[in-house]
Parts: sequence; C-alpha cells; structure tokens
Amino acid sequence: MQKRSLSFYVLLVFFCLFVLFLYGPMITIFMLSLQGPDGGLTFPMRGFSFYWLGQVFQEQRVGNFIEPFARSLTLGIAVMAITITASVLASMGFRQRFRGSTIIFYMTVASLIVPSILVSLGIGVVFQVMGWPTNWFSSGLGAHLTWTLPIAFLIMLGIFNRFNPSYEEAARDLGASDPKTFWEIVLPLIAPSLLGVGLLTFTLSYDEFTRTSLVSGQSNTLPLEIFGMTTNVTSPALYALGTLTTLFSASLILIAFFTYSAVVKRQRGKA
Amino acid sequence: MSETWKTLKPYALITPQTLIFLMFLVFPILMIGVVSFWEFNGYSMTPAFTLDNYRGILTGVTFKTYLNTFKFLGMVWVATLLIGYPVAYFLAFHVPKLEWQILLFLLCTIPFWTSNIIRMISWVPLLGREGLVNQMLMGTGLVQQPLEFLLYSDFAVVLGMVHLYIIFMIAPIFNSLMRIERSLVTAAEDLGASGVQVFKEVILPLSAPGIAIGSIFIVTLIMGEFVTVRLMGGGQSASVGKLIQTQIGSLQYPLAAANAMVLLAVTMLIIVSILRVLDIRKEL
Repeated sequence: MQKRSLSFYVLLVFFCLFVLFLYGPMITIFMLSLQGPDGGLTFPMRGFSFYWLGQVFQEQRVGNFIEPFARSLTLGIAVMAITITASVLASMGFRQRFRGSTIIFYMTVASLIVPSILVSLGIGVVFQVMGWPTNWFSSGLGAHLTWTLPIAFLIMLGIFNRFNPSYEEAARDLGASDPKTFWEIVLPLIAPSLLGVGLLTFTLSYDEFTRTSLVSGQSNTLPLEIFGMTTNVTSPALYALGTLTTLFSASLILIAFFTYSAVVKRQRGKA
Repeated sequence: MSETWKTLKPYALITPQTLIFLMFLVFPILMIGVVSFWEFNGYSMTPAFTLDNYRGILTGVTFKTYLNTFKFLGMVWVATLLIGYPVAYFLAFHVPKLEWQILLFLLCTIPFWTSNIIRMISWVPLLGREGLVNQMLMGTGLVQQPLEFLLYSDFAVVLGMVHLYIIFMIAPIFNSLMRIERSLVTAAEDLGASGVQVFKEVILPLSAPGIAIGSIFIVTLIMGEFVTVRLMGGGQSASVGKLIQTQIGSLQYPLAAANAMVLLAVTMLIIVSILRVLDIRKEL
C-alpha cells in the first residue's frame, strides 16, 4: 500500500463534507418527522414518536394524500409500461444501421436537454388550442414520457451494446422466427435489466414535478400536492410525508441498482 | 426473411418511441413557436401574426428578469464546477477499488432520483429564521439577530439549485476522468512533472469534454428553472421560468410562448458556444 499524499486527505474531507451537504437536509426532516405530537417545524425536537408518520394516513385539514398517491402510483405504472415497451423496441431498432438514425437519436437527446418548462408549456398550449382539458392521465402522461423515455432509451442502448448476439444467431440458425427469438432468447436475457430500468422509470415519474406542473389539470399528482402544501401546512406532517415518500423512492432505487449490478456481475462472470 | 422486411424492421421498431416524441415534444414546441405570434386580448388568444409579444420582452422588467436568470446560471455553474470537479476527481483518482468508486458514486446519485420538492423543503428547518443554522450562530454569539438572507433569498435559490443539480456536473466529469489512461499520468510523472503540472497539462484537458457536458446540463436545467425560484426565493426572486409560469397562470399563452421561444434560443446559443470551445464528440 502506497503512502497517501496530503491531497488525498484534503479531498477525502471535502468529499465527506459534500456527502453531508447532499444528505444533511434530508436527515433533518427525517428527525423532525419523528417528534412527539406537540412537535413543530424547527429544532429542538419535542419528544419522540411515530405520531406524525401515522398522521399522514389520517384525513388532513388541508388535503388528503391517499388520492394523489394513488394517482401517482397509477401514472408511474402506466409510464413505466409505455417507456419499457417503446424503449426496448427502439433500442432494438438501433442495433441495425438505418438511414435517419442520427436524427432520431438527437431528437431523443433533445427531449432530455430542452428546458422542462418548454415541454410543459408546449403540451399545455397544444391542449388549449385543441380545446382538450388537461389531465394527469393524458397531458401529464405525455409530459412524463418526454422525461423517462430518453433516459430509459439511453440505458437500453448501453444494455444492448454489451449484449452478445450469438445467442440470437443460434436461435435463428435453428429456424426461430424474429418474434420467437425475442420472446424466448432476448427477453429472458434482458429481463433483470428491464426490472432495473422499470423501477428507475417509475421513480422518475413518481417524483416528477416540473414537466407535470402546468398540465396536470384539476387533480394533483403527489409531488404537486406536496408543493401545494408547502405554503399552508405548518405541522411536521409535511416532513413525515416527505420522509415516507423519500424512503419509498429510495428503496425502489436501491433495488434497481442492486438488480442491475448483479446482472452486470453475472454477465462478466460468463464472458 | 425478405430483404424489404430487413430494411423496414428498424423503422417499425422505432415507430412507437418516435411517435411519442413527435406528439409530446416536437409538435408542442412547434406550437409554442406558432402561438408566440398570436394575439392576446386579455381573455383569449386569436390566430394572427404579431410581434407584440416579442416586443414586450425587450422592455425593462422582462429584460431584467433575463439578466437575473443569467446571474443564477453563472453562480450555479461556478459553484457546481468548483464543488463537483474535486468530488469527481477524488472518486476517480483517490478511491482505490472499482467497487468502491461505483458505490461512492451511487451514494452521490441516490438523492437525484428522489423528489426535488422534498429536497427543497428539507432546507427549511436548517435555514429558516428559527432554523438550525441561525440557532447555532446565535448560540455561539456570532450574530445577535437571526440572519434573514439564509432562506427566501437569492442565496437560498442558488444553494437549492446547486444541491439539486450538482450530480449533473459530477457524473460527466467522473465519466471522463475514469477514461483517462493511468499510464499517461505515470508517464508525465516519470518525465518529472509535478503534481500541479500533471493536473494542468494532462488531466484537466482530458476531462474538458466532461466539463462541457456537465455545463450543458446545468445550462438547460437552470435556464427554465422555476420551482426552486418559487420555493426558495420567496416573493422577490425572479427568473424567466417563473415569469413564464406566472403568464400561463393568467392564461397569457402567447406572451408565455414568446418568452419560451426566446428562452430556447438563448439556451441553444449558450450550448452552441460551449460546443465551439470544447469538443464533446469523443465522449459520445
């Protein structure tokens, strides 16, 4: 083991401070959501209990989280299903060279880097001009797809880059049709990665705010409901809700990451 | 399998995704362009061709809002670069094992996948007038009055944005640092380069594409930003995104559209200038 330089220790301290900066605020609201019933919005903590976590599930004076949660859940699942289907198909298309692939690729990247407010405004304008009412399941769904689809597509391209085509060739040599090769060879091989991509897509949709904000219509998704509450909720119930929803997404992400890394490890082991 | 099918297959496969982008990205943005020339009479919009909506942007107030947005962008860009680069550098060059590098990198990415709103609310108990920071400052006698500028101020907006978006700077820089051949560093050292020289002559130029990609992300994220400005900025802070959102709130779609077109043009201009300075093709 070589002797560590001074710069190592300086950067180590810097890195630790950065992680504290990243997680510190979140930890404070976790702590504050565990206060006793007479807890407030700031430190010091008044007592310790799970009272406020329980309050989240009670009827609130200012709104109710259950319905927005159900909406976000439904929307997330729909977005996930559409994103997975479309991105798997498209990334399989990209395994072969074709005219116009560059422009399609740039359109995908553009979807990621166009300022979100343009997507939201644009969809809003289209619905306004057409005289359609905006709704979380129509305009909101479209807005989510412009965010989840390019990310899923880029990950899928990476997955197919590492995919060994000899299995498919073998299947085809044995006389399997394209659909049969897909269902029996390709899909089982990419299924674990799809689970990871699916969970990431779901969390992106579940937490999405900017693109949805202008086009969600009458009924709010959960992030919009929480945003509305920031101005008029003055109890730690807000923090408790934040804690619960963050733990929910964080656990999905961890499952996604671990599934994905397990797949990569297994593929490396085989190669 | 026929030849025709073979040529057509990729097109069939990309159709669903392409349709989604055409419907929810390309067509809406074209519509913004069209509507930005429409007339607005205070209640509704009518198809027309007028430049009034654009003229309004050049007036004092709106112009100032643009300047303010650039100010946020400049400060966030400098902060994310100055904090992000050392973090990425530490991960890429000082963490010994690949497993640890990935694990620590993931540690930095996890918050990105959780709710932005919650991440912003989290600052309130820390920075508020009765927040932890003020309590500590008062407790140690450093200040007599609670500091007001910590929350609901431009400072809070920049802090919030850095907190939310810094991962977009770290990830591309980390990626390009990881691709640098370690033998180049060793060669430079063998030839007698000092640590500073190695960094300036070898590592920094090779990681420039990563900086460019990170900067592009920061530009596009900050230019249209309105949530942080609303939540952390209190009433006073202004940004183009917030302006557009307010205009939509009062159904002034043509005005909002004109602002959005200018915003898009400005954003693209900044991105093109970044690309002229730094070549990112090697990274793609």
